[in-house]
This record gives sequence, structure tokens and C-alpha cells, in this order.
Amino acid sequence: MKNIIAVAGVVIKELYRRKDFYVLFIVTILICLVMASVNIFHDDKIVRYLKELCLLLVWISSLVIAVTTTARQIPAERENRTLLPLLAKPLTRTQLVLGKFLGCWVACGLTLLCFYLFFGLLAGTREHMWPVLNYFQAIMLHWFMLGIVVALTLLGSLVFAAPSSNSTICFVIIGGILLVGRHLDHVALTLPEPTRAISQAIYFAIPHLEFFDTRDLIVHNWPLIHWEFWGLAIVYALAYIGAFLTGACLVFRRKAVN
Amino acid sequence: MGTILKTDKLRVEYRSREMRQATKIALAGLDLEVHAGEVFGFLGPNGAGKTTTMNVLLGFVQPTSGVASLFGIDVRQPIARQRIGYLPELTYYYKFLTAEELLRFYAKIFGLTRSETDQRIDQLMKLVELEHARKRPIRSYSKGMQQRVGLAQALINNPDLLVLDEPTSGLDPVGRMKVREIIQRLKDEGKTVFFSSHELGEVETVCDRVAIINQGELKAIGRVNEIKKPHHANLEQAFLEIIGFQNSSTQPAP
Repeated sequence: MKNIIAVAGVVIKELYRRKDFYVLFIVTILICLVMASVNIFHDDKIVRYLKELCLLLVWISSLVIAVTTTARQIPAERENRTLLPLLAKPLTRTQLVLGKFLGCWVACGLTLLCFYLFFGLLAGTREHMWPVLNYFQAIMLHWFMLGIVVALTLLGSLVFAAPSSNSTICFVIIGGILLVGRHLDHVALTLPEPTRAISQAIYFAIPHLEFFDTRDLIVHNWPLIHWEFWGLAIVYALAYIGAFLTGACLVFRRKAVN
Repeated sequence: MGTILKTDKLRVEYRSREMRQATKIALAGLDLEVHAGEVFGFLGPNGAGKTTTMNVLLGFVQPTSGVASLFGIDVRQPIARQRIGYLPELTYYYKFLTAEELLRFYAKIFGLTRSETDQRIDQLMKLVELEHARKRPIRSYSKGMQQRVGLAQALINNPDLLVLDEPTSGLDPVGRMKVREIIQRLKDEGKTVFFSSHELGEVETVCDRVAIINQGELKAIGRVNEIKKPHHANLEQAFLEIIGFQNSSTQPAP
């Protein structure tokens, strides 16, 4: 475990020493502040739209950080040949993959915490409400959803050599799942066989990232999600994270390092 | 003397992805033995199989057949790498880290305690003369300084065997001399050093024994004097004759 934590520590250091995170964070903050300072339609309930737009920005920014950070991890190690002195130490390839995953996931979690802290302060000062538990549920679900994204991207980075092609493919897959994933089974019913069977198989095989989209919970101040369902969603995420990481470890075991 | 490094009929073949290209034999049944406490030079022209041998020893490449072991442990087991230090030919490290952070990271992988790590980093920074720059990011280092950080990381676990892949390649004369001094100091401490180099003068100075390979086959092995003796020449001439190099300038004109 110490090896996995050591590798994760370097990944986290890399993220906060690069400019990507700061640029995205500052841009998100500026857009949110500008939106919070104007009341375009003189509507008392404008804060809901503000929250919705800010959360959308937080979602997009966190996905961009998760995919771009993860996609470059192992390809950059290979390209810069930092993989050679690393694997010449008593570190297994599985430990390296798990360390990279943990580092990217924790780094995404810290980023998410910064985003939600800022968002919570902004929304709380406008609404004078502090639904801490709602925020906890939303952040945790969001973080576990990012865990699936990080594991998927890590697997992609071992299959596709170039980080740019991997990032593009991952963005298309994740965007596709978030936008059309939930409608796939309805669409399947309108299709002839065997397309119907294929569509249904895809529907059941893909990780349904939209399960973790709890923006409405915060935007409309809805009551808390039942903790059992919340726990099930976490288990669902862990199952996909496990599957993708197993795939990544198996692919990396046979991969040439130089 | 105990055997530290051993290869037995080591064979590595690379299969081409294109159907028409033949299989490339990188190593063709290599037998090597390196004993404790010796500095062993591993020589050969470019493409001879030196780096492939090192890659097998470090577990980067799986041999097609044959066995390689370090300290009697099969190289495929990560524990075989617990007592070795490795410096690759081209040293690239995490440039966003400082030298101290890099060494601390590698020390964690070797399971060194905090106090051991602090003590070891102080010793190594002094050894490679980078005390003044230990808190600076590696991206600000010159090539020579990066090579010295590489040596420091290879020594972080106080290894019994040091594997160096062309450690002086691309260094200026001062850098080369410093690396040579460090190898000599390690030899005096009783460490085993296995290194490849194209600088034959350097090999002659520091090595106890050498092996010469060409096209994946072992052509000669023994003490430097034993290699030179039958050829009545210096190591460079002997090396060229062993690998079968014909110098066109010495041939009579047709």
C-alpha cells in the first residue's frame, strides 16, 4: 500500500504544480461571480438559474480536469522515460496503475472540494440556507462518478498510445453516456432485431454516469436521497471502478515499457 | 566470491508486426556471471544487445527463453530489485519535483524510514555535489546535474548492485570524471557495478572484468588484460578485432 500512496503523492503534486487546475478554477469563479452579481430579469428566484449554471460549470470543469490529468499519466511516463527508473525499483505494474488511479482520483476530489466550497458559499450567501448534508451527498456521488471516469481514462491511456486521442475518445464516451445513456433502452424498443439486442446490451453494460447527477438536489433544495439508494450508487461506482482498473492492470502487464 | 548477477542461455526475440519481416534476435543464448564486489564492463557496438540485457535484468522485457537472476532471485519477481540501483542511459525525472522530493519518493518505494531517508539524502547530495541545488526543481538543472541526480536516485537504497547504462554518455569531461570518481568510490566500498559504455578508455580504467557482445552473442569475457593480451593492442583495438570490424583505411587500395 505504501508504494501506491507514494505514486499517488507524486500525481497530486504534479496537479497542483501545473497551471491547468488554476486556470479552470479561476475561470469558473469569475463566471460564477459575474452571474451572481447581476439579476437580469429582476426575478427573486433567479438564484436557482444561477445555481444551475454554476453547477453545470463545476461538472464540466471537473470532467475536463479528470480526463486530461489521467490521460497523460502513463503515456507521459513512457514518453519521458521516467517509467524506467520507477519500474527498476521494487514496484509492481499493478501498484503503479493503482497509484496513478488513487492520485488522480484524490486530486479530482480536492478540486471538487474547492469548487463546491466556493459554490456553497456563493449560493448560501444568496439564499441564506446551508443544506450541508445535501452538499455532502452531491459531492460524494460526484466524486465517485469521477472515479469511474478516471478508471476508464486510465484504461484508455493504456490502449490508445496518444494522450490526445485517448482524451477525445473518453470525452465522446462520457458525453454520450451523460446525454443519451438514459434514453438508450427506450430507443432500443423502437429498433428492429438485432440492433435492438445490441442497444440493450450496451445500455446494461455502460456505466450510467447520470445516476450520479444530483444537481437538482441542490438547485431545487430537494430533500435528501435515501441513504440506502445513495449507498447503492456508491457500490455501483465501485464495481465499475474495479472492472476498469482490472482491465488496465491486465493490459499494462503485457505492455512494453520502452 | 558469490555470484550477484547471472544469465543462463538468455534469448530475446522481437517479432515484427509486419508479416513479411523476420523475427529479430536481440539476444542469442547469453551466459553471464558477475561476482560480488567487481566492476563489470558490458561492451558492444550499437544494437549489440546491451540495453536489451539490462532491460531483461530489470524486468522490463520478458526473455523468450533462458533465465536471468539477481542475488539468486528470478528477475521477474519485484523483490529481486530491492537491492539494486539503476541509472538509465537517458535520465529523465519528474521535472516538477526538486531533487530532494524525487529522492524522498524513491526512498518511500524502497521502504526506508523517515530518519534513514533524511540521512541518506544528505549523504547522496554531498556525494553528487548537489547540496546547493537540492531544493530547486529538476527542470532548472543542467544535463550534468540531471545525470548526477540520476546517480543519487540509483544509490538511494544503498544498493549492493548498481546497473548503469552508459552513465557518461553526453557528459562533458568534468561530468565524466565525476561519474568515474563515484564508480571508483563505490568499488572501494565493495559494491558491485555492472555498466555498459562506449568509452573504452574509461572501461579500461575502472573495470575488473569485461564482456564483449555483438549481435546478441557473447564474443569475449574476462579481465581487461586477458582480453587485450591475444591482440597485442589496447582495449579499443582488441574490441574492434573481437567484433570483426574491418577498418577500410588500413586495407590496401585495390
